[in-house]
Amino acid sequence: MLKIDGLTAGYGQAVILREVALSAEAGEITVLMGRNGAGKTTLMKCIMGLVKAQAGQILLGDTDLAQLPPHRVPGNGVGYVPQGRRLFSELTVAQNIEIGLGAGPKDPAGRRQTRDEMLELFPRLSERMHQRAGTLSGGEQQMLATARALCLKPKLLLLDEPTEGLQPSMIEAIRQVMLTMRDRGLAVLLVEQRIDAVLDFADRISVIEMGRNAEDFPREAIVPGEARLRAHLGV
Amino acid sequence: MTRKDLTLHLGLVALLFALHFILPAYHHGIFARVMVLAVYAIGYNIAFGYTGLLSLGHAMFFAAGMYGMGLVSYHFGVPALPAWVIGVACAAALAFVVGLLALRTQDVSFMIVTLMFAQAAYLIILYFSEVTRGDDGFVIPGALRAIGPFDLSDEGTRYIVAWILFSVALLFSLWLVRHPFGRVLVALRENEERARLLGYDTGRRKLASLVISGTISGAAGAAYAGLFGYVGGSFAGVQYSIFALLWVLLGGAGTVLGPFVGALFMFYLIDLATEVTEAYMLIAGVVLVLLTLFAPQGIVGEIRRRLWKDLP
Repeated sequence: MLKIDGLTAGYGQAVILREVALSAEAGEITVLMGRNGAGKTTLMKCIMGLVKAQAGQILLGDTDLAQLPPHRVPGNGVGYVPQGRRLFSELTVAQNIEIGLGAGPKDPAGRRQTRDEMLELFPRLSERMHQRAGTLSGGEQQMLATARALCLKPKLLLLDEPTEGLQPSMIEAIRQVMLTMRDRGLAVLLVEQRIDAVLDFADRISVIEMGRNAEDFPREAIVPGEARLRAHLGV
Repeated sequence: MTRKDLTLHLGLVALLFALHFILPAYHHGIFARVMVLAVYAIGYNIAFGYTGLLSLGHAMFFAAGMYGMGLVSYHFGVPALPAWVIGVACAAALAFVVGLLALRTQDVSFMIVTLMFAQAAYLIILYFSEVTRGDDGFVIPGALRAIGPFDLSDEGTRYIVAWILFSVALLFSLWLVRHPFGRVLVALRENEERARLLGYDTGRRKLASLVISGTISGAAGAAYAGLFGYVGGSFAGVQYSIFALLWVLLGGAGTVLGPFVGALFMFYLIDLATEVTEAYMLIAGVVLVLLTLFAPQGIVGEIRRRLWKDLP
């Protein structure tokens, strides 16, 4: 599904990622871990075209996302939920979903169906449809940000620390959505800092340090390799 | 669009029509002028209030409409209606060209680039004074200021034409901001990067917003020339760009009614202040500071914040 190879990128003269390789398969949850400043969010932004790759490829199927402008990346099947949610806070929940749908399916029936699917996935949002997004709780905002990204019917879902600062019930709800998306065959690429949050459901963990690949843990190596994983993250 | 939204805005349109029969001559004239200038502010509001494009150069679009109409009337004797269409087309074309260049920048840079373009437009008007009559401007001959049997210099006709233009601009603005395209403009204002990451070509949408905004502002400029018969360089000056910003901020940026309320408020504030003192700008300034302190979202913006949460 997603295959990143030899990716070098940064901001101006500052190179943040150096020859990074990463893959995420359909029907799997791949977790990207690393200490603060390791380059996790920069890698996400590279996939979305917000940070231009200086070298390397970001292949989604046969398409090299590194060659596309940012607004054409979602249309190629990538949904992105950034850190901090970044909703349109002055718009209502319904309007935020409508904006997400606008770039998704064009026919009215398809749009209605997608919206209904989102409300089925996040029933809490259906109670808040006419509330301004900026007034939602942190967990509800995360649900809305995720729903809006899923409106695009992505093949690959990128989530940047989606459970940061949320209460346990909300974390569980977000986690269930990730599992549902995995079961529906999406490739989920999750940035997470907390090991305990991902140990039992990650299919693969990739660690990056100082912008370089440090170690990959396939599913069967995650639990036995927990001590090394903790050492990488300094916890 | 809800029935409540439509009732409110159609109510204002009906009220302004009724005022045509009620207002004394002096206020009748002021309202006609305010309605035309409110159309200019409605155009500005689409770029600034809804899309977040802080332009300090909208006077060039107003002037493009005004000179587009005025010059073809004055030099070639083109009648009012086709001249008005030419004025609007000039403003739309200018907005497109300026947008292509200025939208390569954003935020403060965009503000400065639009200001520079507007100053260049102003200086062009002064430089080609043989054609434009420079700072003095020119008067459009009365014979050309007519649409069929309707004489635009007649106060009653002037009011009705201003009312029609204002009503169309107001209802178009209401339709636009409730349309999915309008929602995307608000999304751009809120977080352009996020909108881009949902698959929107934000550059094209900002350009479309600026062209719509410039076209409406130009329609107001062209109408002003036709209705009041005067075309002058001062309308292209930076002061007129700042007026549009002020009217929108005072009335409520990002509200449909805000531009009209702001223009009306400012017009009457200065009018009343001049009756009290020669230093009328001092009074106007104090009132503006107070309003900014206690109603930072503008008059209609405050009503939306406190009373009517989904006011468009």
